[in-house]
Amino acid sequence: MARVIKAIKFELLSPQAIKKLAVMKVTTPEVYDADAYPVKGGVMDPRLGVVDPGIRCRTCGGKFGDCPGHFGYIELAKPVLNVLYLKQIKILLTLTCPECGKLLLEKSKVRSDAERLKAEPPKQCPHCNAKIEKVKFEKPYTFFRGNKQLNPEEIRAHFEKISDEDAKALGLKGGRPEWLVLTLLLVPPITARPSITLETGERSEDDLTHKLVDIIRINQRLAENLEIGAPQFIIDDLWELLQYHVATYFNNELSGVPPARHRSGRPLKTLAQRLKTKEGRFRHNLTGKRVNFSARAVVSPDPLISINEVGVPLEVAMEITIPIKVTSHNIKEMRKLVKNGSDVYPGANYIIRPDGTRKRILPENKEEIAEELAEGYIVERHLQDGDVVLFNRQPSLHRMSVMAHKVRVMPYRTFRLHLAACPPYNADFDGDEMNLHVPQTAEARAEAEELMLVEKNIRSPRFGGPIIGATQDFISGAYILTKTGTKFSREEAAQVLAAAGIYMDLEKEEYTGKELFSMLLPDDLNIEFKAGFCQKCDKCKKDKCEHDAYVVVKNGELVCGAIDSKAISPFKGLLLDKIDMEYGHSVAREFLDRVTRMCIRALMIRGFTISISDIDLPQDIKKEIKKVVKETYKKVDGIIEKYRKGEITPYPGRTVEETREDLIMAELWEAVNKVQDIIKKNFTETDAMIMAKTGARGSLQNLTYMAGIVGQEMIRGGRAFRGFKGRTLAHFKKYDLGPKAHGYVESSFIEGLDPIEFFFEVMKGREGIMDSSLKTRVSGYLERRLVNALHDLRVDYDWTVRDAAGNIVQFVPGEDGIDPAKSSWGKLMGGA
Amino acid sequence: MTKAKKKTKSADVNEGGNTIQIRLPKRYEEEISKLPKKEQEKWRKRYLEMLYDVGEAIGMVAAHSISEPATQTTLRAYHAEGRVQLVTTKGLPRLIEIFDARKVPSTPSMEIYLDEEHNNKEAAKKIAAEIKETTLEQIMKEDSIDLMEMKVELVVDEEKLKEIDMELEEVAKIIKKNLRNAEVRVEGGNKIILESKKEEVSIRDLQQMRVKARGVQIKGIKGITQVIVEKVGDDWVIRTLGTNLKKVLTMNGVDPTRTRSNHIFEVMKLLGIEAARNLIVEETLRTLREQGVDTDERHVMLVADIMTFSGVVKPIGRYGVAGEKASVLARANFEETIKHLTNAAASGEVDDLKSIFANVIVGNLPPIGTGMFKLGIKEE
Repeated sequence: MARVIKAIKFELLSPQAIKKLAVMKVTTPEVYDADAYPVKGGVMDPRLGVVDPGIRCRTCGGKFGDCPGHFGYIELAKPVLNVLYLKQIKILLTLTCPECGKLLLEKSKVRSDAERLKAEPPKQCPHCNAKIEKVKFEKPYTFFRGNKQLNPEEIRAHFEKISDEDAKALGLKGGRPEWLVLTLLLVPPITARPSITLETGERSEDDLTHKLVDIIRINQRLAENLEIGAPQFIIDDLWELLQYHVATYFNNELSGVPPARHRSGRPLKTLAQRLKTKEGRFRHNLTGKRVNFSARAVVSPDPLISINEVGVPLEVAMEITIPIKVTSHNIKEMRKLVKNGSDVYPGANYIIRPDGTRKRILPENKEEIAEELAEGYIVERHLQDGDVVLFNRQPSLHRMSVMAHKVRVMPYRTFRLHLAACPPYNADFDGDEMNLHVPQTAEARAEAEELMLVEKNIRSPRFGGPIIGATQDFISGAYILTKTGTKFSREEAAQVLAAAGIYMDLEKEEYTGKELFSMLLPDDLNIEFKAGFCQKCDKCKKDKCEHDAYVVVKNGELVCGAIDSKAISPFKGLLLDKIDMEYGHSVAREFLDRVTRMCIRALMIRGFTISISDIDLPQDIKKEIKKVVKETYKKVDGIIEKYRKGEITPYPGRTVEETREDLIMAELWEAVNKVQDIIKKNFTETDAMIMAKTGARGSLQNLTYMAGIVGQEMIRGGRAFRGFKGRTLAHFKKYDLGPKAHGYVESSFIEGLDPIEFFFEVMKGREGIMDSSLKTRVSGYLERRLVNALHDLRVDYDWTVRDAAGNIVQFVPGEDGIDPAKSSWGKLMGGA
Repeated sequence: MTKAKKKTKSADVNEGGNTIQIRLPKRYEEEISKLPKKEQEKWRKRYLEMLYDVGEAIGMVAAHSISEPATQTTLRAYHAEGRVQLVTTKGLPRLIEIFDARKVPSTPSMEIYLDEEHNNKEAAKKIAAEIKETTLEQIMKEDSIDLMEMKVELVVDEEKLKEIDMELEEVAKIIKKNLRNAEVRVEGGNKIILESKKEEVSIRDLQQMRVKARGVQIKGIKGITQVIVEKVGDDWVIRTLGTNLKKVLTMNGVDPTRTRSNHIFEVMKLLGIEAARNLIVEETLRTLREQGVDTDERHVMLVADIMTFSGVVKPIGRYGVAGEKASVLARANFEETIKHLTNAAASGEVDDLKSIFANVIVGNLPPIGTGMFKLGIKEE
């Protein structure tokens, strides 16, 4: 039975507990003797644990790795305050009587730490009538009563008088008050502060060891001076110094205390610094851990594998293993793997005997081990096709940032990922790397397959629609395949169908794209929706739509309309949503696998490219655009004129200048919109246009930029004004308010920008980059805070939402109980 | 937000040969009852399939659903071109403001709806003028100190006076009320004269009086600096910068059921924690939707619920929800590690490892999802 931690209690250490915990008393500041052996009674005493391989622990006899290390202690010549508990010390000093140790105020008045710190004690003790002087705290760790400084001995004597009950009333429930004043100091085991040997053979000690040596040295000097009865001021100085060293040993970032430094001038990392911050023990080693059985590689696309799969390089597959228990059912198979050994795929790298010993399979001994193999052995075999692995891309912002894939072992050295599975990871292939983890137990594998498999994550819990789906060329392909008029000869149709994994006898000479696409749809599927490129006519003609924009599927037959992003893309795909909802995840996965392959095959038959001519406009249209720009300039001049004459009435709450800018910008945007309309009207269905209108890539706006006009460069939410006094660049007259002087780009990308326009374009680009790099930090912290606030919430067995303490946060999860991850856009009946 | 599960109707559903009775939220029951009989059962069953599973890490998913799009999209704060608009905080800054539960939002504003009788342009404009805070300075043409006669002369802009629909006498009265030690009288058609009541009048006194007079609030509600009247659908809406719900809700002509403020603490104090919770949901959703982010409202509701379920609005961060967790280890893991550990030791706290992070830290299986149940096998 595995031992499980049930709870952790936090308490103060008593001197008795320290003595009990410790195996020795550390007495000397010497660390190593002349022969470089650790000094007995020093901080590196071998009784405190082992850090070098080959040596046995003097205390427990364990070897390096077995011995957890043992504590020691230092007896302080004079007590010092524990600086981590200054708040508690202050509360106890102010709110108890120094004479009788009793509480000075009613219990009810000091219920929280905030109240205790604010509470004003009476001038006289209500129990023994002693006069109470005010307690003052001075940074970093000095206390005064009245004008007299209190030394730790006096504080300790005072605290000893406080009854347990009164201490509890003041919030100190983890131990006796006097334990806050240290008389003994626990020395952590060597394993917690290992020394490292540099290449030069020189030993370099841990920061904590250095600090402990400092403490012991001063402690020894203090003890000696006390022994010989040195004058009080010397004692006080040493005592103060001891307090400083103990204080910085606990926390080297106390305000008002100069941090203890290493010889090189680097501040020491002492106890508090080890735990704190992102690089500290908690966040770095406790909540985030390094793991075995993982791999990392560059990802590259492969539209021919399933979205459920991941292509794993052979080299990785032969390095990472899965433990398989040998049974009577698989012993033959396992023997074969062992015989193949570690250099032949598929093979195995290790065996584990029932007694737990592990043996590497080598070419020399593989036959021998294969013979030895029996039931109950465990074989660590190579990764094979179909194994379930976890795949991840950072930043992991989502739960879909880690999904389970099935292994597909492949040649070459990159992980292969299906393009449809990219959106949840936000992955592309410009050099992205991803991580792969191999679950090692049957439970983990089962859980990964049932809950984390890619197909089970098609629907995003964020909005209840597909987050996995066809993008880019798949969409262009789908449109070209399914638009009215696309026909394929029998040979071509066979190719397209074969790509989708459909092999059948084709009877007809000619097939329409719609017919081919329909073969992928479930037979009883019925759906109607408007495509993404719907022209939004005043009156919808439905299935008589001349734009091919009304999609009707009747009994699994695509009757009319063309498939575009609205049907099968992530975030939008209605068809995909419907199939996933009605027929289940695996049908949806298969549909996606086939659709993507069919679409690119169709695209390859037709051919797909863009060229300059796609976005080049005829001369007369170019002229029309220039005319629009000219008219706009005139209007803007009019506004400026009006402004100069002071005729502009400001919008409520705005200044005249702001109003002027608003008016000018409205005018300039209007021009861009007009140009966009002109372009929309005059474009033929080129490949560039197909991409824009189907939502495969790019937008009409992008085309406008290329063919028509780039328009106003928005900088800080308005026109550009920064630069020289009264103008943006030296090329303009001062106080020129015209469009060109403030970042209006009247060229298109095809014409090319003039140097000034280019300057503004770059200005906007820089702003964008600054913006996004600043935003990621802010939103990253927002995510961390939200997760930390909400991570404990779960749906409990009584179907209430509760936090870790059992408080009910919602009586029915999500008010109506519907899990968006299983709904269609959060609704029962669906519809985006 | 809709009140689900108030009235439920039960319905029989056949599942796997057994007839089970389930109760659907009213709105779904209504939706389903419109369908032909044959399909009704299918949708009832579908509702059952859509329900949350026990053990679902509902909080984690909600947190991801809000912050992941915040990271992906550029959540910019630009405003629509050329429209008359109030400049309010939007995008990521507004989101953070809501979750931080700031005592005062950076741009408090109200949307005032009007009752049937006043739902027209003229009435809306009139009410808007009544609401907007107008100081003397805003309706003044000039003010000067007459050193000869030791008095302050205020010249009021008659046009502006008309705009706010007030008489000069009224203005003078208000000034009188606000300036105790001044004699106020009206002179000519547009002048207000201020004289000190003191015997010995210094120039400094007059100067002080002038400055004070400028700031006197003549009309409107304090704090409301801008008003815009807009038509939204069939309604005339007054948008304001600055809030004072308490006063506005009791005004004649205002529809108190639809009027809203974006000031969460004001709403909490005036209308209670439930209203504040709904406002957090609405404001968060509105902020996300404005940026084109599609996040299910259920996630936002959960965040709003954890901020408000204790009875007061608590921020998400270290001084609120995350800093007041029951688990010591979870708190220490978040922020202020040393503080939480030492306080825990001093007060002898016990971490009973119910929190997810605490279990990750000690290496146990966290009690959520498939780690929630315990399974025992009886050995025979």
